Amino acid sequence: MKKIIFILAASILATVSYSADHIVVQKDKTFHPNYIKAKVGDRIIFKNDDGFAHNAFSDSESDEFDIGMQKPGQDVVVVMKNPGKVEVECAIHPNMHLTIDVQK
Amino acid sequence: MKYFSRFGTILTGGVVAAILTTSAVAKEDMNKWLRPENVPAPKDNQITPERITLGKFLYFDTRLSRDNTVSCATCHNPELGWSDGQPKAIGIEGRQGPRNSPTIINTAYQRHQFWDGRAKSLEEQALGPIQADVEMDMDLDELVKRLNGIKGYKELFEKAYPGEGITKDTIAKAIATFERTVVSTEAPFDRYIKGDENAISENAKKGFALFTGKGKCNNCHDGFNFTDGSFHNLGLGDSDIGRYKLKKRASWFHAFKTPTLRDVTKTAPYFHDGSIKTLEEATAVCGNGGRFPNSKNLSPLIEDRGLTQEEIRLIVDFLATLEGEPMKLEIPTKFPQ
Ligand SMILES: [Cu+2]
Repeated sequence: MKKIIFILAASILATVSYSADHIVVQKDKTFHPNYIKAKVGDRIIFKNDDGFAHNAFSDSESDEFDIGMQKPGQDVVVVMKNPGKVEVECAIHPNMHLTIDVQK
Repeated sequence: MKYFSRFGTILTGGVVAAILTTSAVAKEDMNKWLRPENVPAPKDNQITPERITLGKFLYFDTRLSRDNTVSCATCHNPELGWSDGQPKAIGIEGRQGPRNSPTIINTAYQRHQFWDGRAKSLEEQALGPIQADVEMDMDLDELVKRLNGIKGYKELFEKAYPGEGITKDTIAKAIATFERTVVSTEAPFDRYIKGDENAISENAKKGFALFTGKGKCNNCHDGFNFTDGSFHNLGLGDSDIGRYKLKKRASWFHAFKTPTLRDVTKTAPYFHDGSIKTLEEATAVCGNGGRFPNSKNLSPLIEDRGLTQEEIRLIVDFLATLEGEPMKLEIPTKFPQ
């Protein structure tokens, strides 16, 4: 038991000092939340909570990515690599917007 | 935020989920099907009567095309649901364009213009067809010169955009302003949503229930304008790659913008290639799996929902209730000289 607690504590400490997770829910063709403050190394977890496919991409200079077709119920993880403002859009529903403010 | 632990964010996620559940009631709000009173316009091009007057003249004036034969209204004709009744647009000298002329009804409410969404504003859109060789084939510098030689236009531009003169920019702004006045009028469906149970037939009501139920048509044809502005590949099997031409993003392959369904009874033929003549056929293609179900990047929303002929007819009955009274409009017969 002691050992397990130790491992748990160690793993929590590790995550605390190195990276955090930010959950973004795609629901009703909207990103929730639509603004996030993050740090380099943080993970953004996109959760598709709608009954149809979504996408998330960024053409921003600091971080370009495209998660492709994201099915209903599917989670996709994107790690923030560089500091900067990352503007995220859904390629299918261009009215969906999310800003990620990534700091060092 | 610096030491936001994994647990901390998961908790936040829980809060988000809770908020989402409470807002589920608002989703049922029927008012989302009614057109907002105000038309959005950019800060630097607010709608004024002078700008509408000028924009309307420009919109209907064939002198905006190289050989003075074609105006914006040629392909976006108010008599033909602000489209042209042709499978594909026809410009000067009978030149055929690559796509169907989309209606401009309620286009003011759309974030992206053109079938592939390549323009991000109506101002940006307005200058496209004027220059396109298969449409009006007019050089913009030449057009500025031509309009500057017309005294009547010089006065109208001065009234609409004081001190700005006749430029590419003010031409685009004026046409965009007129387009912002082309909005759907009250249709039987709107009266029904407002509470008049007799405004539409029982069949149309069943059709609306199928539209939002079994047919899942409102996955894309959502809100008062019956479009969420999304881009999809319907698997029509033609060679037009659509939005993919802008950037090679996988989900944009062969994808086109979801069109409005307001006044859709007036805008046949349908789809970006104008290949579909009736609403029954269009409903079957969208609702029962596309024309070529094995198309690359076929939208996952295009699946066989097993709509029967009878159900398709009911949906079309509903679509007919989206046709409003013709918009009150005086088409100019005399132009600035
Ligand atoms: Cu989406």
